[in-house]
Amino acid sequence: MNTSIRIFAGVFFTFAIAWVGLVLIPHLQLKDLQSQRDEALGTLNPAPYTGIEIDGRSVYIDLGCTYCHSQQVRGGFYNADLERGWGTRRSHPLDYIYDEPQQLGTMRTGPDLANIGARQPSEEWHHLHLYDPQTTSPGSIMPPHRFLYEKRRISGQKADDALPLEGEFAPESGYEVVPTYEAKALVAYLKRLDQTYEIEEGQE
Amino acid sequence: MSAGVAQPSHKPLIAPEQMPVLRAEIDRSCAVPCLSWFASSMFWLIVGTLLGLLASLKLHSPELLGDIRWLTFGRVRPAHLNVVAFGWGCPAAFGVLLWLQCRLCRVRMIWPGVMVAACVIWNLGILIGTIALFAGKSLGIEWLEFPTYAAFLLFLGFALVAVWAMMTFAQRNQEHVYVSQWYMFAGLFWFPWLYVTVQLLLILMPVKGVTQAAITWWFGHNALGLWFSPIGLAAGYYLIPKVTGRPIYSYYLSLLGFWTLALFYNWAGIHHLIAGPLPAWLVTVSIVGSMMMLIPVAAVAINHHMTMRGNFKLLRYSPTLRFIVFGAMAYTLTSVQGSFMALRAYNEPTHFTHHTVGHAHLGLYAFFTMTMFGAMYYIVPRLTGREWASSKLMRIHWWGTSIGISLMFLVLTIGGFIQGFEMNQASESLGSAVDKHGLFGGISEWFGGFKARNGAVPFMDIVRGQIPWLVLRSITGVLLFVGHVAFFILMVMNVHAWGKTRLGPTLFTGRDRTYSRLMTDDGEGAEA
Repeated sequence: MNTSIRIFAGVFFTFAIAWVGLVLIPHLQLKDLQSQRDEALGTLNPAPYTGIEIDGRSVYIDLGCTYCHSQQVRGGFYNADLERGWGTRRSHPLDYIYDEPQQLGTMRTGPDLANIGARQPSEEWHHLHLYDPQTTSPGSIMPPHRFLYEKRRISGQKADDALPLEGEFAPESGYEVVPTYEAKALVAYLKRLDQTYEIEEGQE
Repeated sequence: MSAGVAQPSHKPLIAPEQMPVLRAEIDRSCAVPCLSWFASSMFWLIVGTLLGLLASLKLHSPELLGDIRWLTFGRVRPAHLNVVAFGWGCPAAFGVLLWLQCRLCRVRMIWPGVMVAACVIWNLGILIGTIALFAGKSLGIEWLEFPTYAAFLLFLGFALVAVWAMMTFAQRNQEHVYVSQWYMFAGLFWFPWLYVTVQLLLILMPVKGVTQAAITWWFGHNALGLWFSPIGLAAGYYLIPKVTGRPIYSYYLSLLGFWTLALFYNWAGIHHLIAGPLPAWLVTVSIVGSMMMLIPVAAVAINHHMTMRGNFKLLRYSPTLRFIVFGAMAYTLTSVQGSFMALRAYNEPTHFTHHTVGHAHLGLYAFFTMTMFGAMYYIVPRLTGREWASSKLMRIHWWGTSIGISLMFLVLTIGGFIQGFEMNQASESLGSAVDKHGLFGGISEWFGGFKARNGAVPFMDIVRGQIPWLVLRSITGVLLFVGHVAFFILMVMNVHAWGKTRLGPTLFTGRDRTYSRLMTDDGEGAEA
């Protein structure tokens, strides 16, 4: 019986120590991070998500965007993320305090999205790109998300939010393509992804 | 035999001459529960391979089934991971674990009905979870996509197996605790702790922001190293001595390997977030833990190699040994690669690329899956009392999977390296360098061109450069699929007693006298 107690104790303590180190201590270190107020603009950095942005995040998770897109600007040896213009500074733990669940990601089959809202502010571009990536980025291997859009017969006047599709992408005449609520929410979320604000260190 | 340090001796509680009869009885008592786990694992293996193949095809042909929301890449990809890891990997591990535990404790299967129930509960969890993923109900946390209701079923199934293993251990007729049992015990203890922690802290009452990321990768990495690895190693530690008829080379090396794994592996997970938005100390600690893993890996590699020494010719004949030795070599390779991948200079260019995907397949497939195949080749005939029906199908299985995974690893490793180098250091894409300077000139120009400016290659050029590698990866996936179908047919034939009855074990090729002498199952190597 001695052997089994020894194995149990060893297995328990090796695990417990690492649990304290990698789970408990980071939690204690980071749990009190708070948004910082920009006195000049009167804004919160980062600001909490709005309702439609939270819905958009759900669509982002549902469609598994994270399996190809990261959301973190890295520092490090090569600094390539900043050189690429993927951000104005390295990402900081503060940037993620409202993210539940976090979508930091582990893959860059597509580009990083930590600052996609700042890099690509056009709503129209996002809708075209989501509808069929070939419209804006020929040669892309991103899947089309036409199922987030509705093709319908134009009644009276063309809708304001109808996608300006041209050439081979255009629907047959008399029809228009409009975003569903999910598409609008997803774009609202993407436009919100923006870490360009300054963080004042030492206040957290 | 004289090479290693002798193991501490214990008085056997069962007389040696009774052992063959007891072994046969144990095998028979394990038949229904173990075969249930194996059958379900085979089903999910086929499903998971098809999902992997579909995800792989979609990566280079995005229009393929592009209008079906249920089959969009972002849903197929996590479905593939969950089905192969939890649908194939865990049930295969459970089947092997049940049998090993009974054999090593010298106890007939207790509670066979409960183990079948655990299998049903587990598979229900996989089924519900997978459907939920296709329906878009993913929780969005890598490795933990299954909704809570499915995760609960998995936890329940796991807990039943863990309790069963403790009860079997308590009734053992063998004082000596064999190294395989330490690994199984540790895995059965660690995994539920991990799983409950992450379910609580990530899903039921989530912690804030990046702490979630730390916990996610603490789990994601430990699920491999503290659950799949221990079971794979337990199978290797039992079956290599069994088939070769020689004891494990060194008892003390296996002690060292086990305890250093327990000590260091736990700390390795945060290397998934190098240069990311986390406190630097946390990442550094994980890099240290990752490098320290070289110690247990070397201990296991030396131990297995020395046990095999002089018996490598058996690889020609024994399917068990060939798959397990392949797995053991892949374990060494993937672990050493993993340690170095944690170093910042190696990690930064290769992280976020297919290089990491290649590493994951080397670990979970070339090591773990191949080891499980080897173990099943040994165990299943003993459960059903029938030998495998066809050496031809065995050969198709072997060549399909071994060539398939080796090529897949190469393709992803090279393609991923190019992807990462272009994303970080290169000043132009490999494709345009080759266009300008010819093949060899282009490669050297490309590789030497990193001094100019980092991050200079346009992203779309990187994507275009990846497509040939992604196509090649799909082809290697087809090879794996062919191998899996062959093994599936073998399994079905064995369970249904189809094909002609064979007297001796079915081997890869011909018969060899040395080999048939050793394959009498009573090689006294392992402690059972």
